[in-house]
Amino acid sequence: MTQAGGHTERVRQRTHEGFLRHKGFLWAQVATGLCVVVIGVYWLTAIRLHEPPSGGSWLGYLLGTMGAGLIVWLACLGVRKRVITAGHYSLKAWVSAHVYLGLSLIVIATLHTGFQFGWNIHTLAYALMMLVIASGAVGIWAYATLPERLHGNRGETTRRQMLDMIESQDRQLHELAQPLDRDGAAVVRLSIEDTDLGGGFWKRLTGSYDDCANRRALARLRNLPSPTSAKQAEALTKIEQVMQQKAETLALARRQMQITAVLEGWLFVHIPATFALLAALTAHIVSVFTYW
Amino acid sequence: MSEVYKIAIIGSGPAGMSAAARAAKKGISHILLEKTDHLSDTIYRYQKGKHVMATPSVLVLRAECEFDAGKREKILDQWNNDVKAAGVNVKFNAEVKAISGDKGAFTIELKAGGAIQAENVILAVGTQGNPNLMRCEGGNLPHVQYSLDDPGEYTDEHITVVGGGDAGIENALGLIADAGQNNTLTLLNRGADFPTAKKPNVDALLAARDAGRITVMTETQAALVEPGWLTVDTPQGQTRYKCDRIIARMGAAPPRAFVEAAGVQFASPDRSAFPTLTPTFESTSKPGIYVIGALAGYPLIKHCMNQGYDVVEFISGNTTLEPADEPLLQEKLKGLPGRRSVSEWLEFLRSRVEILNGLSPLQMREFLLDSQVRAYKAGEPIFVRNEPGSSLFGIAEGSVKVEVDPSNPNITVPIGESSIFGEVGLISGRKRGATIRAAEPTICVEIPRMAALKLMSQVPQARETVQRITTERQVLQIFKSGLTPADIAEVLAGAEVFEVKPGEAIINEGDISDDLYIIRSGSMIVEKNLGGKPVFMSYVPAGSYSGEMAMIERSPRVATVKAAIRSTVVKLPAEPFRALLARKPELAKRMTDEMRARREINEFIESQKEEFGGAVDMYSSVANFLIKQGIGEATDVLLIDESLCVGCDNCEKACADSHDGLSRLNREAGTTFANIHVPTSCRHCEHPHCMSDCPPNAIRRGPDGEVFINETCIGCGNCQRACPYGVIQMDKPPPKKPPLWEWMLFGKGPGPGQPPYEWRKKAAKAEGGESPKLAIKCDMCSGKAGGPACVRACPTGAAIRVTPDAFLSVARIEKAG
Repeated sequence: MTQAGGHTERVRQRTHEGFLRHKGFLWAQVATGLCVVVIGVYWLTAIRLHEPPSGGSWLGYLLGTMGAGLIVWLACLGVRKRVITAGHYSLKAWVSAHVYLGLSLIVIATLHTGFQFGWNIHTLAYALMMLVIASGAVGIWAYATLPERLHGNRGETTRRQMLDMIESQDRQLHELAQPLDRDGAAVVRLSIEDTDLGGGFWKRLTGSYDDCANRRALARLRNLPSPTSAKQAEALTKIEQVMQQKAETLALARRQMQITAVLEGWLFVHIPATFALLAALTAHIVSVFTYW
Repeated sequence: MSEVYKIAIIGSGPAGMSAAARAAKKGISHILLEKTDHLSDTIYRYQKGKHVMATPSVLVLRAECEFDAGKREKILDQWNNDVKAAGVNVKFNAEVKAISGDKGAFTIELKAGGAIQAENVILAVGTQGNPNLMRCEGGNLPHVQYSLDDPGEYTDEHITVVGGGDAGIENALGLIADAGQNNTLTLLNRGADFPTAKKPNVDALLAARDAGRITVMTETQAALVEPGWLTVDTPQGQTRYKCDRIIARMGAAPPRAFVEAAGVQFASPDRSAFPTLTPTFESTSKPGIYVIGALAGYPLIKHCMNQGYDVVEFISGNTTLEPADEPLLQEKLKGLPGRRSVSEWLEFLRSRVEILNGLSPLQMREFLLDSQVRAYKAGEPIFVRNEPGSSLFGIAEGSVKVEVDPSNPNITVPIGESSIFGEVGLISGRKRGATIRAAEPTICVEIPRMAALKLMSQVPQARETVQRITTERQVLQIFKSGLTPADIAEVLAGAEVFEVKPGEAIINEGDISDDLYIIRSGSMIVEKNLGGKPVFMSYVPAGSYSGEMAMIERSPRVATVKAAIRSTVVKLPAEPFRALLARKPELAKRMTDEMRARREINEFIESQKEEFGGAVDMYSSVANFLIKQGIGEATDVLLIDESLCVGCDNCEKACADSHDGLSRLNREAGTTFANIHVPTSCRHCEHPHCMSDCPPNAIRRGPDGEVFINETCIGCGNCQRACPYGVIQMDKPPPKKPPLWEWMLFGKGPGPGQPPYEWRKKAAKAEGGESPKLAIKCDMCSGKAGGPACVRACPTGAAIRVTPDAFLSVARIEKAG
C-alpha cells in the first residue's frame, strides 16, 4: 500500500481471466517447465545406471522432498480459501497454481517411485495421491464446463425463490382442494405432504425421482372417478394445472441440485482422499527413516 | 376572570411550553392555553414509537424543559413532568376564538366561552393544529380522522388514506407494513405525481403498489363519504368502494386568518409566507404579540424551545440576552485575526462572500453553526490533491491559488476574494482534484456538503452563483489548453444548464445542430444507426464533452447521444466556441485530435459490424443491458462471469468474514445477460442516492472512491429506501464466531461466512444485550491493502470489479471478434 497525499492506492484484480487462463497460463508454464526439467534430470541420471534410480537414491530423495512439499502446500488451499485476510492475495491465482502444480505431481511422484510398486504403505501413499489427482481432474472438468449449465438452468431465479414458488403452489393446492371429497383430498395431501425436494446426495446426483410424491399424486389424480359436482370438476382441473406447474418447478430445482451435486461431488473424494494421503505420506516418510 | 396576566401563551407545543416554563420559573404571571386536553398536540399525534430527532445537533438547548432525540412517548412524558415541575399554569380545552386589544391590554376570547386578559400574547400555535379538512359530503363523519397514532391498531379493515404527501404515504406504508394485519389499503392523490413527498417515500409507495399491497389512485378526489363506503371522482368517472376508515393527510396551513385578525401582518400574500417580526419575535404591525415556533418559520423542536425561553426574557425586559448559540459561535471564531465580535464576523462574512449575500442575520447564525471559519498563512495548503473532502470554501479575505498541474506546483490559477472553491466535491462527493494554497494571508469559510446543499436550496442567489462558477471551472478544466476565465466569458454567456431524463437524447443522428455539450453529472451513451439497428458506440462519463464533430465540421450529427441515467448537461453555443477555437490554436488542435480518436473508434465499430456483425451486436446489447442495470451511474461495480462461477458463494463468505460477519452482497440475486451477472451489490454511484437524505451525514466517499457508512449511523433506514438497487440492508452485527481453527478441528461455531439466523439468535441470547439495527453496505473493503475481498476470494476468477468506462470499451469487440 502506498500513501500518496492521503490516498491509498490499492492493488485491484480487474483482469477478466478464468483460473485456468490466469496470467496467460503462467502456472501451466511453470508446471510444464518443472516436469521437463525433472524428466530430463531423471533421464540423464537413469541412462548411466543399470536400473532406474529408486526412492532411495539422491534423486529419489530430492523428488520425494519436492513431492511431499508440494502435497502439503496444495493441501493448504483449504485454509487459504477460508481465511480471509486483508493482504494482497488472489484465490484464483492459488487455484490456478494448485491445478497445474497438482498435475505436475503425476510426473514428480511417479519418477520418485523409480517405478517400484508393491503391496506396501509406500505404494498406498502413491495410489492415494493418484486418486486425489484423478478426482481433482474431475473437478477441473466440472469447473470448466458446468457453470454455464448451472446458471443457464436457473436463469434469474434464486434458490429462495424456487422454494417460495413450491410453497405457494402448495398453498394453492390446499385451497383448491377444499371442495373435494375424501379421495381427492388424499391425493392433494400426498403432493403437499410427501413431496421430497432433494433427498440424499446420491439421489440428487443421479436426479432419479421416479417415486416423487407429486408425480404419483398427478397420476392418481388422473385416475380418480368422475367428480359428482361441477364445482369439484373445476377444482380438479385447476389442481391438475397447479400440480403440473409444481412438477416443473421441482424439475428446475432438482436440475439445479444435480449440477450443484456434480460441482461439489468430486470434493467428497478429493478432500477425504487428501487427508488419507497426508496420513499415508506421514507413515511412508516415518517408515522410510525408521527402517533406513 | 378579572386577573390580568403578564403573558398569555397560545399553543403548548415545544415553543409555547418552553415559554410557559420559563415564565413560571421566573415567577411571571402567565397562562398557557391549549386547544386539546394534552400538551404538544403535534408531537402527540406522531405515529406511535416514532423516533423524534434533535437537529441541529450543534445547537445548544436553552430551555426549562429537557429534550433529547428519542421515542415520541419518552419525550412527551419528559415534557409533562417538566411542565408540572416548573409550576406552569395550563388551561386545557381552551381554543382561542379571537384576540383583540393592544399591548398592555389584550383580550383573548375562548371558543368555550369566557375571556382572558393579558398584557402580552405569545402566539405559538404552529401550523399542524390546522389540518386541511375533507370538504366533500360526509367529511365530518366519525370514521374520518386526521391523524394516525398507532398503525398496528387496525386489522382487517378497508382503509383509505387521502393525500400523497409524506404524512399520507408514511401512514399508508405503516398500515401495510405487517401483512398479518390484513388491511386493504387505498391511497388517493389529487395530482398525477407526488411532488411534495420525499423520493424514498414515493418509491416505497410505488413498490408496494406494484407488489399489489396497496391501491394507489392518482388524479382522484373523494366525492362522498358514507359509513362503510367511499365514492371517488377518478379521471374515468365515479367509483364507489368499501371503506371502513378514512385517514386524511392533506397538509396543514398556518391559521393565517386567525393570526391576521389579531393584527399581525405577513411578509407576503404567498401561502407559505411568515409573519414579519422584529429580532425579538415581536410583530412589527401589532406590538405586544410575539410569534415563535413553526408559525414564525422555525419548524425544528430545538429552535422552538430556545425561542420560547428567549421571548419570555425579551418580554421581561432582558435586552442584553445573547442568542443561545452565541458561546458556540464565539468559540468558533476565537483565535481569528481581526478582533471582531460575533455579529461583526457574521456581517463580515455575509457581505464579503458572494454566495452568502442573500442571507438574513438569523440564517447566517444557523449557517455558521454548521460551518468553520479559518485563517491561513500565505502558502499554507487549504486542501491537498486526492484528499477526501466534499466541503465548499468561500473566500472572505485574501485569495488562493490552485495547483492545476500535479507534476509542476508552480503552475497555478488564482481565485480571488468573495469567490468559492471546492465546489466539485459538492457535486460528486469525490476526492479533491487539485491542491489549493493560500496566495496571501487569507480567511476562508468552510461549508460542509450538507450545509452547502441546504444553502443552495434555500437561497436562490447562492444556487445561481454556485452554478455559474461551476460551469466556468468545468469548461476550463475539460478544455485546459491554458484558457482563462476571460477567454471563455463569451461562450459561457450563452451557456445553458439543463437536466436530461434517462433515455432522452441531447443529440439526434442526422440533425442539423452544432452546439457542444458538457456532461456535468450522470453519463451519456453514443449510438449510431447501423443496418437499421441502433449500435452502441461509446460511453461518455461525467466530466467530458460531446457533440464536437458537428461543431467543428459544420456537418449533420453523426450519432445519437442520449442520457444513460438522469444527467445534467451544459449546452455551449457553437458560434462563440468556434470563435474561441479560432483564437486558440492549441485548443483547436487538442479538440481535433480527440475528435479523430473518437472517429477512429466509430469507424472501427462500423467496419467490424460489416465483417463480424454478431460480435458488434453482442457488444452493443451487453452495453445496453449494463446501462439498464444502472451501470451508467456506477463508479465501481461487481460483475460475475457466469461461465466461470461455480456457485460456491465464497465471495459472500469472504465479504461476511471481512465485515463483522455480515455479507453485503447477494451473489445469486440480480439480473443476468449473456453470462454477465450483476449481483445485488453496491455500485458506488457517481451521485449516490443513499447520500441524499442521511440525517447524521454518515454516508461518505472514501479515498478510493468507495461510498461507505461510518459509525455515526442512527439506523433510520433512509438510505435503504433511497437506494434503487436494493443493496443496503438494516441489520445488527452477529456475535463473534469462535476462531476458524476451532471450527476446522472441532466443528465449533458456524464456520466461514455469514452465520445462519438460528445460530445468531442463540449466540446473541447467550451474549446478552441488544444492539440496534444499522445500515450496512459494501465499503469496497475500505482500508484493506488487498482490495475487495469478494474478488480476491473468488477461486475461479468469475468475480471482477470494473469501472463502466473501462468495461464498456471496444476492447470487448476485439476480444469477441
